[in-house]
Amino acid sequence: MTAPALQTTRRCPYAPPEQHTRIRDTDPGISQVTLPGGQVAWALSRLEHIRAMLTDPRFSSDRRNPNFPRFTRERPGRQPLLQTMIQLDPPEHGPARKAVVGEFTVRRMAGLRPRIQEIVDEQIDAMLAGPRPADLVQALSLPVPSLVICEQLGVPYHDHDFFQTRSATLLSRALTAQDRQQALTGLRDYLRDLIAKKAAEPTDDLLGRQLAQGNDPEDVLSLAFLLLFAGHETTANMISLGVVTLLERPEELAALREDPARTLPAIEELLRVYTIAEFANARVAVADVEIGGVTIRAGDPVLALSTAANHDPSAFDEADEIKLDRGARNHVAFGFGIHQCLGQNLARMELQIVFDTLFRRIPTLRLATPADKLRYKDDALIYGIHEVPVTWEESA
Amino acid sequence: MTKIVADLDRCVGAGQCVLTDPEGFDQSEEDGTVVVLQDTPADDEALKRARGAVEICPSRALSLTE
Repeated sequence: MTAPALQTTRRCPYAPPEQHTRIRDTDPGISQVTLPGGQVAWALSRLEHIRAMLTDPRFSSDRRNPNFPRFTRERPGRQPLLQTMIQLDPPEHGPARKAVVGEFTVRRMAGLRPRIQEIVDEQIDAMLAGPRPADLVQALSLPVPSLVICEQLGVPYHDHDFFQTRSATLLSRALTAQDRQQALTGLRDYLRDLIAKKAAEPTDDLLGRQLAQGNDPEDVLSLAFLLLFAGHETTANMISLGVVTLLERPEELAALREDPARTLPAIEELLRVYTIAEFANARVAVADVEIGGVTIRAGDPVLALSTAANHDPSAFDEADEIKLDRGARNHVAFGFGIHQCLGQNLARMELQIVFDTLFRRIPTLRLATPADKLRYKDDALIYGIHEVPVTWEESA
Repeated sequence: MTKIVADLDRCVGAGQCVLTDPEGFDQSEEDGTVVVLQDTPADDEALKRARGAVEICPSRALSLTE
């Protein structure tokens, strides 16, 4: 029997595709699906299975493997233009991550708080001074993470249109091989020039410090690409989805306003429910492995249906309900295993500052378009919303 | 006596132990790897937090031994 095509359209913004929950709720919770390029891949759907897979070295992240799962129709086994650490297995992965992880510790992130607060306040000032309704995506969701990652890396923010449009292109599901190549080449050349300038004239920013530590400029280039790319659309979409969700729940929003200690647990729940990087946890088996009684053979592509896993009723009580005070952090929205998101603590802090500041400063904020009329990103590899028109009372 | 053991070769510096139990864990300034501040949990509450940190650690670098 042919494996059914992988479904990617959600039932609603926070409910996984029907196919994914059916796989999860039917024993053994593992099934085969066909990817857009024709590959047949194992789909894992239960939290326990996915966490086991992501911590098992017999599953590889190497995109040069011709059997690595592909979500677009591009040709298999190409040498990637940019090989970043998320595509490396041990032993290469460890040194690459350790070279930069000191820049992302919990303490370093706390040190960024005052500057992130300033950025958020400036964006809100500009939004309040502009016309109503405003598009929250352009006014706040995108510029905040963009400004933060640009400053951290030492990338001029005035170039942000250039890499933002290319990042968005790379995340489209409708991407042709040629579009992809062009976007990647453009980004690579831009970053190569920037890094050459920093090598000639040292700067005290993340990229400058990597060069000063004697890291190979080509490795710094890969890192720059990864961080710039990963730092844009992800947090931006979580800001948009979070604001819409909270505006739709006025009682819970009022509780958050009264007690900011509730914001971090609420963010964790929003991350779990939306799981915006739902297919990021893909791997290829490099040995025969048994999971949940199913033998996955060496060379088999493997997907993690991460949204279904984050709604797994055996891991979360009333898993389909949004409970902002749930406090569960064992979700896989940031992945799991050695590739777990490097920027997760930066993302948490950005979301916390944005939510606390936005709802405090604009208490009359409301959607100018009903939530069910918004254009959700079922067409992109990172889930989110295209535009979020918002308005407020003049006196705000 | 329960002891917390950290495997620095496995640790990828995700910092999830620090978020879970800031009194029990810190991260090195150089490479972000875990620094165990209290390797023997003082009471049941501390033990519970340590178990939480072990459970949440993405690289399985933390474990508890009796």
